[in-house]
Amino acid sequence: MTPYVVLSSILFTIGSVGVLTRRNAIVVFMCVELMLNSANLALVAFSKQNGNLDGQVTAFFVMVVAAAEVVVGLAIIMTIFRTRRSASVDDASLLKY
Amino acid sequence: MSLFWVIAPIITLAALGILFVRKAVHAALLLAVVMIGLACLYLSLNAPFLAAVQVAVYMGAILMLFLFVLMLVGVDSSDSVVETIKGQRFMAVLFGLILGVVLVVGIAQISLGTVVGLDDANAPGNIPAIADLLFSKYVFAFEVTSALLITAAMGAMVLAHRERLEPKPSQADLAARRLQDYASSGKHLGPLPTPGVFARHNAVDTPALLPDGTASEASVSRVLAARGTVRSAPAMADDIEEIQKQLGPAAHGGRDASAAATTEEESPATTNRGEEAHTS
Repeated sequence: MTPYVVLSSILFTIGSVGVLTRRNAIVVFMCVELMLNSANLALVAFSKQNGNLDGQVTAFFVMVVAAAEVVVGLAIIMTIFRTRRSASVDDASLLKY
Repeated sequence: MSLFWVIAPIITLAALGILFVRKAVHAALLLAVVMIGLACLYLSLNAPFLAAVQVAVYMGAILMLFLFVLMLVGVDSSDSVVETIKGQRFMAVLFGLILGVVLVVGIAQISLGTVVGLDDANAPGNIPAIADLLFSKYVFAFEVTSALLITAAMGAMVLAHRERLEPKPSQADLAARRLQDYASSGKHLGPLPTPGVFARHNAVDTPALLPDGTASEASVSRVLAARGTVRSAPAMADDIEEIQKQLGPAAHGGRDASAAATTEEESPATTNRGEEAHTS
């Protein structure tokens, strides 16, 4: 199962670097999804490793939470875009000062 | 395991591509590749239910949502390369590399022992086994999930809803506004000119040419202009020279005077016709 977990950690790293470097809020969101998916992969791999299905059920719950999170997050991005005409995370900096 | 070694490089490359592609739509498509690959990996990990859910929820719902929002937000929402915090990109990549190396090396060091396998747990079938767990041990979490989903749907509706602050402009209001614009700035009253589709090229990204040979910016869609895929006016001018060359000096010289005369005669007629069509 080690290769699966290694792949999962690689995907998690790529996702975290994407969150830190990309500027488009939608792409940042996609990278968050990538990190959630890598966690799911680790959960399913450990489920097979340990021989019980709790990991798969947890991965299922993670998917549900990811769906809810995407719905709300994209609605927030839409609202920000409506007021600022921009989907860049740098432009939403009113709370900075 | 051989399936893993086929799919893992594809997933890794697609995930790396998300970091490097400039357009958000391409990132969404690469994310789709990652999702499909992960679904295949779930199948190889004896999790057929999760593979189906991955395809249905991630590919069917979440990615569609991403694409919808990309369409609403606009195609010109590409990334800016300006760094607001100095050196942030470099530091992010550095820390990402450190995190990756630590994770990969650390995981490669440990031994997970023998794989128990899911044959016993999946004995009644994967989906019945998951259902047994979901509706006994995790039933409370399952119920809370329903509350979460309803809250998320309500939240999205509240966030996306926009209260109308002024009455909806009627057709008479719009006409009055158009006339106001015409009086103040001289903006053309009629509809926008069509692109030069039927004249010289069979694509809508070709601007219509004004009588002096320049391209009319109003004749191509604003979205295409934002994407930067409009055929530029200088390129069009090159085309004119090329076509004149193809026509040859004889045809050009012989018809020039008469052609100019007819276009001058025709142009007031066509504008009149356009205005009549607009008013009627």
